[in-house]
Amino acid sequence: MQTRTTGSGTVSPRESCRSSWLAVPALVWMALFFLVPLGLVFAISFASRGTYGGIVWEFTTANYLDLLHPLYGKILGHSLWYATLTTACCFVLGFPLAYVIARSPARWQPALLLLVMLPFWTNFLVRTYAWMILLRHDGLINNALVSLGLVTDRLELLYTPTAVVIGLVYGYLPFMVLPLYVAVERLDPALVEAAWDLYASRWAVFSRVVVPLTMPGIVGGCVLVFIPSIGSFITPDLLGGARSMMIGNLIQHEYLVARDWPLGSAVSFVLMAVVMAAVALHYRQADRSAGPVDER
Amino acid sequence: MKRWLRSLVLNGVGLLVLAGGLSGCGQGMGGESGEKRPVLHYFTWSDYVGPEIIAEFERREQVKVVIDTFSSNEELLAKLQSGATGYDVAVPSDFMVAIMVRQGLLQELDAAAMPNASFLEPHLQALPFDPHRQYSVPYLWGTVGIGYDSAVITSAPDSWSILWDPRYRGRISMLNDQREVFGAVLRSMGQSMNSTDATVIESAKERLLQQKPLVKTYTSDHYDQLLASGEVVLAHGWGGQVARAMAERPTIRYVVPKEGATLWADCLVVLKSAPQKALAMRFINYLMEPEVAARTSERLRFASASRTARELVSPAIRDNPAVYPPPDQLGRLEWMQDVGKGIRLYDRAWTELKMQ
Repeated sequence: MQTRTTGSGTVSPRESCRSSWLAVPALVWMALFFLVPLGLVFAISFASRGTYGGIVWEFTTANYLDLLHPLYGKILGHSLWYATLTTACCFVLGFPLAYVIARSPARWQPALLLLVMLPFWTNFLVRTYAWMILLRHDGLINNALVSLGLVTDRLELLYTPTAVVIGLVYGYLPFMVLPLYVAVERLDPALVEAAWDLYASRWAVFSRVVVPLTMPGIVGGCVLVFIPSIGSFITPDLLGGARSMMIGNLIQHEYLVARDWPLGSAVSFVLMAVVMAAVALHYRQADRSAGPVDER
Repeated sequence: MKRWLRSLVLNGVGLLVLAGGLSGCGQGMGGESGEKRPVLHYFTWSDYVGPEIIAEFERREQVKVVIDTFSSNEELLAKLQSGATGYDVAVPSDFMVAIMVRQGLLQELDAAAMPNASFLEPHLQALPFDPHRQYSVPYLWGTVGIGYDSAVITSAPDSWSILWDPRYRGRISMLNDQREVFGAVLRSMGQSMNSTDATVIESAKERLLQQKPLVKTYTSDHYDQLLASGEVVLAHGWGGQVARAMAERPTIRYVVPKEGATLWADCLVVLKSAPQKALAMRFINYLMEPEVAARTSERLRFASASRTARELVSPAIRDNPAVYPPPDQLGRLEWMQDVGKGIRLYDRAWTELKMQ
């Protein structure tokens, strides 16, 4: 997505050299608090668990070999499915919203964007508890449906896979909307008008003009939603009733319950590899579908 | 007792308290004629102390007590193993006391410094994990059983098998705790809840798989609310928490099944690395003071290990079998023990249960 930023002024090599020290604090921060812990986790993933938990520094690949058990593949598949579904739902809901905000009068836009970000002012855990109150057997949603006569038997909403997806989509929708807004806002309306003038159908305007031109935002939004949803563990526990596990729950379980840090670390690394592979695949596909537009 | 969720919120508060305590202590040192108040660091479960009880000790001893919280025994151990020092008193549960003793984390106690710690309930005087009470003083204790709504389940259940009754499909909650859930099934099969026999654990898992369609949720946090709101009518859980549901919904009852269940005790210990060992023992003596222990018991709705405190607890709480297990139950209760590497058997079976 960086490669296609529309030329916003070029910077001379000398200037970029002079200002590069500005990145030093962030680089030091990342090295200390990201790379060092990551290296530690990697090292632990090859250690073994002591009898009472803890880490015994004996090199072993047993943790990774244990993960070959089909059970763990199943958890990974399950998590990938939830994350994909969440990403798809966020896109379907988020794209029209981003479009409307980007095309609304300029003086309204800050307020509308603020509304999108407003939920972040409250702790995620508290908001998840709020969803439990909404989805409960005698919760607000069921009460409303019954009193409107839409259903006779109360729906079982809480502690279902549906509740998990609702919670994830709710939690990560803003991550989809914001990059999409930026992309749509940059989209030149004249190009859409031109498509109409050339008798493109409604669908063709969307799929052959709007989507390719906003692809950087789509990819960015999808990645930002996909990554946190695949590793989530609070939502499946609270809204799913802990009736199944996502990979985040497995990692949490190994670290905090089983006191098996080596296995937990190995799971973390496998998850990281899968996420990186998925994201790389995503970018490649996005490049392919957006490619021809750039050449024209 | 896994309460990591609540603690996620409360730890934040705990950190603030810690920060406040440290800054407050700094002020004290700079202030009045350079007098320095000793600081005691107390590491305990979230939501496990009465603020006024701590304040009273601070007044009495002219000290400052700083509280930090953990949400599971595993978290407590992990923090101490990773080298956290500065804590004086901690509250591990039974099986964790055993591990901490073996890891050399605990200070031997001075019995003469804590006379109140000798008035214990008879069955808590010589515990398997610390028979001579060299390292630990039992503080609060109780059982794991079934909370149920007697308005729905009219004939009082006496067996774990009620949790397999298809009539209550979707109205059952189980603890989200592998050892407790397997413990219940193992006892119902006539086995020890500390079994490390792979075939026994495998057949326990089969029983749990049969039960899963009936289970609404696995939770260790808010089953008291689920019971109180009527969302579930059967809840596998700790007695004290079921007792809290009773306060809101009087038809809630508690039973310890005839096949047996978990007996637990959270114990006061002094850490080997404690900077204030003498003060720590005075603090334990204070917490075990009958009147203080009785107030703690009433507030938290867990049984105090002090026999003299029991006399002072209000009858409504003392006679509640969910809080104070009746003596005739003791014979069928079992201590949870650490199963060492056997934990991987439970882990695997638990994960398989969740993924079916």
